[in-house]
Amino acid sequence: MSGTEKNNWLEKVRAMVGREALPPQTAADPVNLPMIRRWCEAMGESDPKYLDGTAAPPAMLFVWTMGHFRAGPGREGGTLLGLDLVEAAGFTSVVATNVEEEYLRELRCGDVLTQRITLDAISEEKKTGLGVGHFVTYRYEFSDQKGEVVGRTLFRVLKFRPPAKTNETAARVDTDTAGVTQPLHPRPAITRDGAFFWEGLNQRKLLVRKCGSCGRLHHPPGPMCPDCNSLEWTTQQCSGRGRIHSFVVVHQPQIPGFQYPLPVALVDLEEGVRIVANLRDIAPGKVRINMPVEVEFVEVGKDFVIPAFRERQAG
Amino acid sequence: MTHPLKDQAAIVGIGATEFSKDSGRSELQLAVEAIKAALDEAGLKTSDVDGLSTFTMDNNPEIEIFRNIGGRNLKFFSRIEYGGGGACAPVHQAAMAVHSGVADVVVCYRAMNERSQYRFGASYVPPPLPSAALATFGWTVPFGLATPASWVAMCAQRYMHDFGATTEDFGRVTVAGRRMAANNPRAWFYQKPITLADHQKSRWIVEPLRLLDCCQESDGAVAIVVTRADRARHLRQKPVLIRGAAQGACDDQMNMTSFYRKDISALSEMRLVAKQLYAMAGIGPKDIQTAVLYDHFSPFVLPQLEAFDFCKRGEAKDFVKDGQIDMGGRLPVNTNGGQLGEAYIHGVNGIAEGVRQVRGSSVNQVKDVQHALVTAGTGVPTSGLILAAA
Repeated sequence: MSGTEKNNWLEKVRAMVGREALPPQTAADPVNLPMIRRWCEAMGESDPKYLDGTAAPPAMLFVWTMGHFRAGPGREGGTLLGLDLVEAAGFTSVVATNVEEEYLRELRCGDVLTQRITLDAISEEKKTGLGVGHFVTYRYEFSDQKGEVVGRTLFRVLKFRPPAKTNETAARVDTDTAGVTQPLHPRPAITRDGAFFWEGLNQRKLLVRKCGSCGRLHHPPGPMCPDCNSLEWTTQQCSGRGRIHSFVVVHQPQIPGFQYPLPVALVDLEEGVRIVANLRDIAPGKVRINMPVEVEFVEVGKDFVIPAFRERQAG
Repeated sequence: MTHPLKDQAAIVGIGATEFSKDSGRSELQLAVEAIKAALDEAGLKTSDVDGLSTFTMDNNPEIEIFRNIGGRNLKFFSRIEYGGGGACAPVHQAAMAVHSGVADVVVCYRAMNERSQYRFGASYVPPPLPSAALATFGWTVPFGLATPASWVAMCAQRYMHDFGATTEDFGRVTVAGRRMAANNPRAWFYQKPITLADHQKSRWIVEPLRLLDCCQESDGAVAIVVTRADRARHLRQKPVLIRGAAQGACDDQMNMTSFYRKDISALSEMRLVAKQLYAMAGIGPKDIQTAVLYDHFSPFVLPQLEAFDFCKRGEAKDFVKDGQIDMGGRLPVNTNGGQLGEAYIHGVNGIAEGVRQVRGSSVNQVKDVQHALVTAGTGVPTSGLILAAA
């Protein structure tokens, strides 16, 4: 995109500042006690003043006129003024960055709110951890059934250009303990039966379930020993050495958190259990069944370590 | 001793919508269209239906179907777990239900917009909730194994290593299926056969699986009507007897990721189904003239041929290479084109093809079919049927 084109769209958006960003919208339902109670439950709010309907929590201001998150008949939310131009310029991803609220009076059950939104500002191009983008600010004004203004919200989003290849998921990021931002790595669903495995990895240990009765090892872990049916168990730390039992190289479809082509191995650990893990520093074309490997630990997110294997000199 | 369920129930009607990539209507509509067509074919009324059975991953509730077809008294409804592995199990359920007197007419159904409405082969990253079912995905998904193709590929790679099979051996399964589909006007790949070179040129999805090793994603529905064998004799179609029906799950069984058992490519659950089917039907592999072997991914057709003793372990690649699964071969396989060629209706279109082979009405009709074998999903707890002429 040339500089002129770039300025063109930005100038157009700037010229819209101060204008109505969406037609005024009146809440489908008045301020009401069931919604207040449900909100309080979700937020952990226990003030009796709210639970008995004396007043609505001020922080619910945004709730009453909130748009639907799923499209459908009668649910056309519309696009906020200017956002289509920002998106057309390539800043297709979005993350909310600031919300500033001003409460002018307490809301009571029966109040019917109407929201009016104006485009407040668009920033210069900024470089952020997520990518290059523009901050876009909208000003929401809420009035009651008498037309009296009861509150205001300043809502700022960052519209940014997603890094190549992960355009739909660029906003899905995680931060490791060193504070480095990285794509969100899929996390496991964890139960009490397998939590020790993931906790062990955080301590750089590869643990497997060991039966407390017959001493046999099992992976993936479960509550009962399949061999002797004992419910007693402990864990054993593995050496991390093993051989590749089988492997694949994933090309499609691609999900955030990985580099493709992605080799994934099924490793026979020398203790006699098998485990799925990624491979490190082995070219996909070089992976072979029976290749000797050893474990290392890779931090892929905050408090989230997974095992990976690299080639080891046999011996 | 004769198995008490053998030949006690019969398939008396099959129905289907067209198979497409965008049906343009709801999954519920697809379901009721297929069910109505199957009942019409059988000469039964919707009010005759008192049982419904399907398997998981179908989005249509039994009761929604029942109220839409104007049902009154639904006495039996069951839904079998593990997706495609359950494909043949509803017919098994139906046979047990009608034989025991629990129900009279049971309809088995599958209806999905798995191409236009969602993508069936997409990556699955489960929500991090502490359930046993979701936790099992934790052993693979955090490492980037998040699709059915990736799970099957792990077993396929080991199969190649153990038996000297190649990706060409997988490709020959697809070539055979597409050759069958080329004759089938209902098939998405009607008149579109491929060569082995086409297969070898197709892109990697998950090595060692190429695009042409993976079945389609399809929109469509199929329904199967089951009733007692004695009642079947008085209906419109030549009855197709349920001579064998079985389910199976085995050693260290997991859902698509049975990677921790001794032999990861033997499909021991399918072997268990095979043993039960042969025992119930009182026959062996030599008595089967044609088979519909679940082919969501081509590699798993090979160990299925072995699990049912059509050839020895590790020799399926030679069986296929010698043309034994083609028309005129020892065991023509997936004569509708399979899921690689006709459509991926999660295995239920395969049951319909088994019925046609027994009736003698397939577009790729095998001569003198006494028994047709139909299998369900591989790599998962599974099921199977032996269908027979009355």
